[in-house]
Amino acid sequence: MVGIITYGVYIPRYRIKVEEITRVWGANANDITGGLGVFSKSVPDLDEDTATIAVEAARNALARRDIDPGDIGAVYVGSESHPYAVKPTACTVGEAICATPFMTAADYEFACKAGTAAIQTCMGLATSGMIRFGLAIGSDVAQGAPSDALEYTAAAGGAAYVIGMDDPIALIHRTCSFTTDTPDFWRREGQDYPRHGGRFTGEPGYFRHIEGAVRLLFEQTGKCPKDYTYAVFHQPNAKFPQRVAKVLGFLPEQIRPGLVVPELGNTYSGSSMIGLAATLDVAKPGDRIFVASFGSGAGSDAFDIEVTDAIESGSFRRDAAPLVGQLLANPIYIDYARYARHKGKIVMQK
Amino acid sequence: MAMSVARFWRKIPQRYNLVGTTCTRCGQCFFPPRSFCPDCRRAGNIVDYRFSGKGTVVTHTVIRTASEQFEQMTPYVLAIVKLDEGPRITAQLVCAPDEVRIGMRVRPVFRKIAADGKSGVIYYGTKYAPAE
Repeated sequence: MVGIITYGVYIPRYRIKVEEITRVWGANANDITGGLGVFSKSVPDLDEDTATIAVEAARNALARRDIDPGDIGAVYVGSESHPYAVKPTACTVGEAICATPFMTAADYEFACKAGTAAIQTCMGLATSGMIRFGLAIGSDVAQGAPSDALEYTAAAGGAAYVIGMDDPIALIHRTCSFTTDTPDFWRREGQDYPRHGGRFTGEPGYFRHIEGAVRLLFEQTGKCPKDYTYAVFHQPNAKFPQRVAKVLGFLPEQIRPGLVVPELGNTYSGSSMIGLAATLDVAKPGDRIFVASFGSGAGSDAFDIEVTDAIESGSFRRDAAPLVGQLLANPIYIDYARYARHKGKIVMQK
Repeated sequence: MAMSVARFWRKIPQRYNLVGTTCTRCGQCFFPPRSFCPDCRRAGNIVDYRFSGKGTVVTHTVIRTASEQFEQMTPYVLAIVKLDEGPRITAQLVCAPDEVRIGMRVRPVFRKIAADGKSGVIYYGTKYAPAE
């Protein structure tokens, strides 16, 4: 059966505290951190972007399992911050992991759920026998306009999943999606920063779509929250995933290992995929994991995953690449001025 | 001064994956790649060789006044790294100037090296990070 063959994550070392951002804009730090449940967010280095993060995550995935990169027949990179408007990030990743030239590749964009859409595509290609392995990546250096609410959480990071049929460490029993045309968040061509519908992103966006996908998957599988060891939801802040988990009947301890947003921020296409990786970091054979991503615009992909014995077998070396907890440890905190330089927010002389 | 697209493209295997060459007769490894073994000469046999990338800092300097392409990166550490297979390469280190020391073990990381302005090609490649 199709599933996850290996996975890897990359998170830049730099962080800015939400309190530091509130200092610049004269906002109340307690109100913001209390409202969002986010205390810091990751910031890319001057020479890091979506492509470099995607490559590092993919290399970390391949470090954990002996896979011939030439057997990777598809590379899809989901992001809303691809470095080029025209020229695929996926080709750079394919070249950097020596998977070229006999592979198909494309970049995906669906706000924060482009990476899970890439997983679904790879599942279909592997199940049909068109490819042996597919590489699905969610990677972003998320943008938030200065002083906009997004600036407190828009972070950088990515996760890579190799999908295939050969001895997966986790089976993906089923996936389904819930998608509508909902303008809750967007960025027009040529614009530097996205815009959003403020509170409108909540009920008609995040909650309607995640609840729609989750209830559909439960209907199709006959499962319910108590059948799962862990659950992971898209985490634009810490409040939304905790609330949707409660509404759907999941307990706080089920979402705890995958709730990485308080220290990491919202890594957009990387968000739910890094949450799943943090959960796989602690998972044992037989654990059942529920995942629901969300992408504005809007849609949600839900997955029913079961960890297999392979995760503790000799063919998979979880400690051959950094765990999410290790990537979050020992950050370098920077002030707003340095953050502005890293994010290219300072207007330079041309 | 930006390099040509063709020149960057030709060197992608070296820049992304440290693909050099080795002489199968004497075992010497070469980076940048050589097409001829200086010791075995015509008896040598040169094939592609992908370096592990791991190495040790031989010496280093801190660049504070850089050329136009790199001036937004200053201050940055430039080092000569001796790869475990022998060759020495000059590369940027992604660490603070006070973190680097001679003898430090380093590992390769994939980073943006430079870009041809706002509309030109982005040059990706290998830099080094502390591995200790």
